[in-house]
Amino acid sequence: MKNLQMSIAAMLLLAVSFTNAQEKEKMNHDHGDMKMDHSKMMNKNSDAKAEAILSDYFNLKDALVADDTKKAAQSGTKLVVSLRAFDMDSYTKEQQKELADIIEDAAEHAEHISESAIDHQREHFKTLSKDITDMVAITGTKSTLYEQFCPMYDKGSAWLSTSNEVRNPYYGSKMLKCGKVQKTIQ
Amino acid sequence: MKIVKIIAIILLVAFVGIQFIPTTRNQSDTVPSTDFMLVNNVPETIQKKLQVSCYDCHSNNTQYPWYNKIQPVAWFLEDHIKEGKAELNFNEWDSLSSRRKASKLRSIIKQIENGEMPLDSYTLIHSEATFTEAEAEELINFITQLKDSL
Repeated sequence: MKNLQMSIAAMLLLAVSFTNAQEKEKMNHDHGDMKMDHSKMMNKNSDAKAEAILSDYFNLKDALVADDTKKAAQSGTKLVVSLRAFDMDSYTKEQQKELADIIEDAAEHAEHISESAIDHQREHFKTLSKDITDMVAITGTKSTLYEQFCPMYDKGSAWLSTSNEVRNPYYGSKMLKCGKVQKTIQ
Repeated sequence: MKIVKIIAIILLVAFVGIQFIPTTRNQSDTVPSTDFMLVNNVPETIQKKLQVSCYDCHSNNTQYPWYNKIQPVAWFLEDHIKEGKAELNFNEWDSLSSRRKASKLRSIIKQIENGEMPLDSYTLIHSEATFTEAEAEELINFITQLKDSL
């Protein structure tokens, strides 16, 4: 009899937690909408938004350089948010189309990075880096950036850095200084 | 003994109960003009392999196994198909931009190289979906070519 009570209790608990979870999800959605409105209002300065994307990207890069999967995942999550918050109103139609495409692609890679092991994170980082580089070509940036290149990883892979010193995000401590600066972006 | 019986009855009732919860079926009679096979010149062997190994979860049409109508199996399948199509839907291939196509092709290559697709839970039942080394190589070569031609 005790067992039966236990299992009934367990089922009830399950049901309660399920409805709770659903409600929570609803709340999260509401919250998300509110946040979006907010960011739209705040969003007069689109350059600041591009800089926010870059800052999250560099945090992600640094985490990969440090072989830190967890921090890379967290930066990935942040990057998804800053990518989605990007406001492209001030760009031409054609640029907007290109930017929307870049952002959709980049957000998908950032999402994968937020939920993968380090090898996968690095695979996605490669394509993400291309997206971000293409974005910067349109938006420009306040600071000087260095496009660096490692000929060894996946038949050659590039990334962006704020420093001209090479710290390799594809190999981390294994080959920290492998690579070279192939372009300076100003 | 009585307790075991009661628990068995509860489980049975729950099992019967969940059978009445509806699931959406992933089935369609038409292949849209944006389909991967229609817009790319895919060799026949690769077409067959993609159909058998990928299209169940990465297109609008699943060849359902007989047990798909039984819960909780149906949920499990529904979930996988939903997730699979969100990642990549071969039927809608040509609606992607070149950048998105290149991204997807790169992912396909990596997934096959690392043996992550098809999923183990899928090949467990669909043993014909497994890639032999030669098949994997053929597909990767083809996808790489396609990516470079974008």
